[in-house]
Amino acid sequence: MRVNGAVQSLEVEPRVSLLDVLREHLGLTGTKKGCNQGACGACTVLVDGERINSCLALAVQYAGREITTIEGVATGGQAHPLQEAFIRNDGFQCGYCTSGQICSAIGMLAEHRAGAPSAVTEHLAAEAVELSGAEIRERMSGNLCRCGAYNGIVESIQDVAAGHADVLAAAR
Amino acid sequence: MTQVENRPRTGTSGPVVGRPIDRVDGVAKTTGAARYSAEYPYADIAHAALVHANVTRARITAVDTAAASAVRGVLAVITHLNAPPMKPARPVNLVNLSTLASGSSVNYLNTDEVHWNGQPVAVVVAETLDAAEEAAALVAVSYEELPATVDFGAQEPHATPQKSTAISSGGATKGDAEAALAAAPVSVDLRFTTPGHHHNALEPHATTAAWDGDRLVVHEGAQNVAWVRDQLAWKFDVPPAGIRVIAPYVGGAFGGKTMIWPGTILTVLAARVTGRPVRMMLTREGVYRAVGGRTPSTQRVALGADADGSMTALIHTSVTQIGRVGGGPEQVTSQSRHLYDAENILVQQNQVTLDALSNTAMRAPGESIGTFALEAAVDELAYELGIDPIELRMRNEPARNPIDGKRFAHRALREAYARGAELFGWSDRTPQPGSMRDGRWLVGMGVASAYHPSWQFQANVTVRLAADGTVLVRCGFHEMGMGGATAQAQIAADALGVPFESVRVEYGDTTLPTGPGAGGSGQTASVAASVVAACEKVQRTVLALATGSKDSPLRGQRLADLRARDGGLYRTDDTRGESYAAILGRAGRVSVDAAVGSDTRLGGIVGQMRFLSKFLLDNRRWVKAASGAQFCEVRVDPDTGEVRVSRWLGVFDVGTVINAKTASSQLRGGIVMGLGMALGEETLVDPRTGRIMNANLSDYHVPVHADVPPIEVHYLDEPDPTMPLGLIGVGEVGITGVAAAVANAVHHATGRRVRDLPITLDKLL
Amino acid sequence: MKAFAYVSAPDVATAVRAIATEPRAKFIGGGTNLVDLMREDIERPDTVVDISGIALTGVEELAGGGVRIGAMVRNSHLAAHPLIRSRYPVLAQAILAGASGQLRNMATVGGNILQRTRCPYFYDRAAACNKREPGSGCDAFGGFTRNHAVLGGSESCIAAHPSDMCVALAALDAVVEVESVRGVRRIPLVEFHRLPGATPHVETDIAADELITAVELPALPVATTSRYRKVRDRASYAFALVSVAAALEVQHGTVATVRLALGGVGAKPWRAHEAERLLLGAAPTEESFRRAAAAELAPAVAQPHNAFKIELAERTIVATLAQLLAAGGAA
Repeated sequence: MRVNGAVQSLEVEPRVSLLDVLREHLGLTGTKKGCNQGACGACTVLVDGERINSCLALAVQYAGREITTIEGVATGGQAHPLQEAFIRNDGFQCGYCTSGQICSAIGMLAEHRAGAPSAVTEHLAAEAVELSGAEIRERMSGNLCRCGAYNGIVESIQDVAAGHADVLAAAR
Repeated sequence: MTQVENRPRTGTSGPVVGRPIDRVDGVAKTTGAARYSAEYPYADIAHAALVHANVTRARITAVDTAAASAVRGVLAVITHLNAPPMKPARPVNLVNLSTLASGSSVNYLNTDEVHWNGQPVAVVVAETLDAAEEAAALVAVSYEELPATVDFGAQEPHATPQKSTAISSGGATKGDAEAALAAAPVSVDLRFTTPGHHHNALEPHATTAAWDGDRLVVHEGAQNVAWVRDQLAWKFDVPPAGIRVIAPYVGGAFGGKTMIWPGTILTVLAARVTGRPVRMMLTREGVYRAVGGRTPSTQRVALGADADGSMTALIHTSVTQIGRVGGGPEQVTSQSRHLYDAENILVQQNQVTLDALSNTAMRAPGESIGTFALEAAVDELAYELGIDPIELRMRNEPARNPIDGKRFAHRALREAYARGAELFGWSDRTPQPGSMRDGRWLVGMGVASAYHPSWQFQANVTVRLAADGTVLVRCGFHEMGMGGATAQAQIAADALGVPFESVRVEYGDTTLPTGPGAGGSGQTASVAASVVAACEKVQRTVLALATGSKDSPLRGQRLADLRARDGGLYRTDDTRGESYAAILGRAGRVSVDAAVGSDTRLGGIVGQMRFLSKFLLDNRRWVKAASGAQFCEVRVDPDTGEVRVSRWLGVFDVGTVINAKTASSQLRGGIVMGLGMALGEETLVDPRTGRIMNANLSDYHVPVHADVPPIEVHYLDEPDPTMPLGLIGVGEVGITGVAAAVANAVHHATGRRVRDLPITLDKLL
Repeated sequence: MKAFAYVSAPDVATAVRAIATEPRAKFIGGGTNLVDLMREDIERPDTVVDISGIALTGVEELAGGGVRIGAMVRNSHLAAHPLIRSRYPVLAQAILAGASGQLRNMATVGGNILQRTRCPYFYDRAAACNKREPGSGCDAFGGFTRNHAVLGGSESCIAAHPSDMCVALAALDAVVEVESVRGVRRIPLVEFHRLPGATPHVETDIAADELITAVELPALPVATTSRYRKVRDRASYAFALVSVAAALEVQHGTVATVRLALGGVGAKPWRAHEAERLLLGAAPTEESFRRAAAAELAPAVAQPHNAFKIELAERTIVATLAQLLAAGGAA
């Protein structure tokens, strides 16, 4: 598999999760284990750009895929805008859910750009959905934050989503 | 490897206390670089997993480890049959507070006794995590089961009164509250229940342990690294000085990482037995089985008042649970001694003892659930009287502490309510329940008071001012999300008049001067007091160096006539002064160092005695607390009873705010946890077995993003004259009053009073 | 988790051959339920046959207006698909109401149909559970039953089926296609899951060597006016206490077509046949909605902690039908 752009070739037992491969075999401990049962989102990584819970993923099933972890979301030494926004908006306290929140938010914004609806989307058939606070909160609900930094996380995502819109507007 | 490298990143100039500066560990936490306890690389590391008893009270009659030992990669299966001896849990001794930190009295794996459903009875060590977990599931333990008492509700009639001690009071009276209640023209007499709760810090408890002879390094997400060190030294009978406990990052704790729980001890044991560095992170289920939680409670609140709303009687009693193997009383009635100017008061806390794991501190132990009952009852009284709930509170706002007439160090609840009512739009509220709607939603608004005592502990600190103008603050305090290093860097920067960026703070390591534990909302104030004192010592030394030189413009000056600014000391009568670099350079000094507190054995005892005497003296002189007004708006679906919190606003009286960004996050975090307590959180203990049946994050419902609206936090920002820099800790006050504000808003929306938490929708159908 | 052998199957033929020769094998798709159950030592396969690479990933329109959904389509992709959003909104809503964004990106349609109960006594190996260990008893009786079924349970088992998606599929007359070395079978979704009776460990009609390859939705014009309403203990990311999948068409002042299914209350995804029967031809009034709901719940058997579900289900049915009526069911 490719992890953060680098080819990683390793032999593991079929039962080893993608999360444990990242943490225990590749030393990428930025991805966190919070429940190991798909109930908290701390282990969220991107696979070919889509967010998943790496704790419920057997690593063998992801051979040949492109995995992005928190250690790989910055590009060319430039922090991802969400990383900067989280600091600015205090979108974390203890920091343990933060990697998962950021990776999840990256995946979520991509889903939204692709037109995907959510459980709170009023008009399902519409091609584009406005990314309201309620939409962000619903779409991010798979990422628990026990410190309760939800407000700062949502503000960070709103900042970045608005930034994207500005960039798109400028490009037109 | 363990150096805490947190360079401040924000460009600043001028005083920084009070400014909402970004956290110094922001980059580490947003890039995945921050290492938590299970993330330190050791060559040759082995992995451990616990085996938990699935019976409640028993003797182990046999353990079959054959299948477990046969799993490839298993290094050891340690049970009470082969574990080396450890010392029994340390007796409590108030001169050494670390003796309070034993999670339970059980001598794990040195006994065949099982005392609660879930007690660890074996630990498996293997080359891989998967092998350890597989083998742990294969350890077969046979038991002779013994009768057990596990049903809190059934034991309530057998509760016994809590005895008062020097540091915790079980009950108090003023006048004859029962008689006054009976005579009151208007009264309520209500029963409330709250279930057990679990902290559920996102980071499960994790330990990495490596022995080298009798020396030991432990990475442990702890709220008190010194307590971990002292407890382990006792258990393994080695000198504390040979143990280093390191915890620069703690992935949430909320009280759950204060005591030393079996996972920590057994990881260290596993490393001792195998001669390998060993890592163990509890499973999420394991956290519920091997770490205590908040006690359930039943509470009675009875209030009597004259027709004008003046309270004549206030009664608040509680029953909580402790484990037969540990735990303690909760100060459920604490706030009821301070909030209302009732003529007659009776508060009394009672306990039952169960065959359960020790209860333990969880965010605002006592007040979080106590304010629910009191503040919901006050709302009920307001409706009985036909008086606005805020107005009723204002009519009973005391000038002095109601129970004993002591002075308040600081009290501004009146202002908090006035400001909150204005900002929240309380006047738009129509008092009749069910009278406000938004489309099909029923809308309700509720208020409640927040209240939490302020604490201050001993903190040993060193401060080094280097000739290049940089400052190093060293203190073994703890960072589990409060932003401690950021706040202390701000305080040191202002105390020495240096830029924020010049200050580095080291914490979370027993090689540092012993800091306070992270608890009682007391850490920031405790460390701040010592940082300020150490900085003043530094300045005295610097001034002495300067006045020793005839070239110095500071010659003949007293410190009181000088101001620390722009990286040096300057006269207040004119602009003359000198930079620290100039003074130290001329004196040929690399640095100036100052220490507050001592880590010698004697110094430790002196420090603890000083803490205790200050605590007792302060207690005699003042009542000190953080307080606030919580405003809640809910929407309730009339068909299904679903409750959605739509708005929240809190106005807090927490003295000086060092950093509004991090302080607001802490207060919001408390409010969010309070929303969980109000609407969803409940540890389900099967009354037949004492076994927790929702030991996971799917069935124990902490709030998710969708449950949490934008939360407005405001401060009165008036310094508390009795606290260092006038600051009061904010870690716990945020959760207090929240459940009551929700319950009161739900009543306003629906006309239904829910007195049993959590307020799940079935209670509103 | 015990060790196991891993086989990756590139196509259906390889997958069903692999499983046919290995009696203690399980298919793995997204793994969201199976990996969890394996880690809990509840599922203990010797071999895992990975079907996640099989190209059963299409969502295709069928002649006549139905839709065929490959079994490996991820839940999130199905919910976002324009055909589903426009023609079967109840299905998109049901999927989006379940789990989290991350889990929906992993979970497959086939796996969702086969997901197992969340009964805490099933999950806790210290407890007696007839589903996990046939004949061992059921500790849910007398225990915590808030999440348990009030419809379709037995003296052996009252576990609720946890899927949201299946509730919508039940309402939509979906058909499940399964394949083995013995050939292809088509099973209506409403017959796919079995009631527990005396054999709660037998959960579905599918044989151990059969693979779900597709789900077909028939053309169903009423489904354009359909809706999924989920009621749960927090605003998101929780299993249903009660859910309702409904579609409604009113013509000339009476109910012309109705589809109704319930989640959270049944031992299987619960098609509300009795309520549908009463509604058909009735005036679309709150009164008739209420009567139909009450009739559907009449056989309910409650435990101490889940009795509220009966009234909650009735109220949610009424509210959902009323919303559909307001939203254009009267078109």
